[in-house]
Amino acid sequence: MIEIKDIYKTFGENEVLKGISANFQQGKNNLIIGGSGSGKTTLLKCIVGLHEPTKGDVFFDSENFTNMDFEQRVPIRTNIGMLFQNSALFDSMTVEENIMFPLNLFTTQTTAEKLDRANFCLERVNLEGKNKLYPAELSGGMKKRVGIARAISMQPKYLFVDEPNSGLDPKTSILIDDLINELTEEYNMTTVIVTHDMNSVMGIGEHVIFLHNGEKWWEGSNKEIAKTDNQELNDFVFASKFMQAAKVKL
Amino acid sequence: MFYSLGKYLLLLRLSFRKPEKFSVYWSEVMREMVSIGIGSLGIIATISLFIGAATTIQVAFQLSSPLAPMSIAGKIARDSTILEFSPTISALVLAGRVGSSIASQIGTMRVTEQIDALEIMGVNAPGYLISPKIIASMTMIPLLVIVSITLGITGGYIACVFSGDITPGDYIAGVRDGFDGLTIQVALVKAIVFGFLISSICAYQGFYTSGGALEVGQSSTKGVVYSCVMILFADLVITRVML
Repeated sequence: MIEIKDIYKTFGENEVLKGISANFQQGKNNLIIGGSGSGKTTLLKCIVGLHEPTKGDVFFDSENFTNMDFEQRVPIRTNIGMLFQNSALFDSMTVEENIMFPLNLFTTQTTAEKLDRANFCLERVNLEGKNKLYPAELSGGMKKRVGIARAISMQPKYLFVDEPNSGLDPKTSILIDDLINELTEEYNMTTVIVTHDMNSVMGIGEHVIFLHNGEKWWEGSNKEIAKTDNQELNDFVFASKFMQAAKVKL
Repeated sequence: MFYSLGKYLLLLRLSFRKPEKFSVYWSEVMREMVSIGIGSLGIIATISLFIGAATTIQVAFQLSSPLAPMSIAGKIARDSTILEFSPTISALVLAGRVGSSIASQIGTMRVTEQIDALEIMGVNAPGYLISPKIIASMTMIPLLVIVSITLGITGGYIACVFSGDITPGDYIAGVRDGFDGLTIQVALVKAIVFGFLISSICAYQGFYTSGGALEVGQSSTKGVVYSCVMILFADLVITRVML
């Protein structure tokens, strides 16, 4: 479980996060949603340590991550997998090398064992046989799947996903969502997903946090969203005519 | 300026933290050595031959006094090549070739979140990305300078053969006359220092890039310009201290 307590983040005069607290539960898809500039990605970066919060604490299974130095964070970091918005695959490495990279650095496995693990991860994301391709030779959806394969290569306890559906067609988006959902259950991970894709929210949002102007505005599950009387959340989630029609049916 | 200097020194300290796994870093060093050393051999060979030839012809042209033996042209060309042309001009050319590549490579990794991906994994990103490049530069640039000296002096010989301004015999006699090993030491010290400056300054510029493609280009340009200025400054300091 990941717990964040009273997180503030300021860039110069601009206060981006204003005292956000939440618990992200193990074995569940925890979604952070909100409009552009609401602080979703900043919050995610504060949780994983890419930004240091101005104030507040982040706990990974009761261990205070915020107070740790680089060396102390390494054991927790090796339990973190992350899928970036643009996949962030290493351009100079093949698909296989990308997946084996964390294994090379942090395990004592033999080359054969690492190859087995890479092949297993590729099979898991339906990309078997693509080992020797470079990221430049992959489509957007394939890059996301390789990103997921790299994220799970170390069998992480925590999975962070930043905008998994950006730049993907609706069908591939659903495939990626389903894959994340299956892996969360399979590895019993604490998964935190930043998104503004309403299909993801309604499809896999077991626990949803809505941010508005850097503050936590609403928290609940996807089933509760349709019943909420929170005006900002309603305006955000049911902005499109399609979602308005869906709400009527709900 | 002091803020940037402090940030640069802190980045260097992070770069030389204990590696997560020595073998992975070692293979990166080898890869960088091939890229910097073998990759730059062609351009260094070309400029060295031409500079050696041009220097010899110019020195011969300026030795108009009938009292001065023509072999002096070989001696002056040799010392100029060893002390100044090979280390400094090679370094300036390498700042353009190697330095811009380092800054743009690391800068692109920064703006495409590849450095964030390394950090999330628990990898010391400055160590993994920067230290192999610094070690490879400090090793390969002196070797390139040795090649440059050899080819520069050879270029002078070829110029003698084809121009007829000095006889090849006079040139060889001048090259062999009064050779002082200290000049080679000075050239190698310069090469090691220049290698460090090129790789560390350009890596610093790349590592702190923010924005997109435009900023990557700007970081690359800044890296090359600052490296060139620092190479010339270090050249002056080393020459003053060692000679």
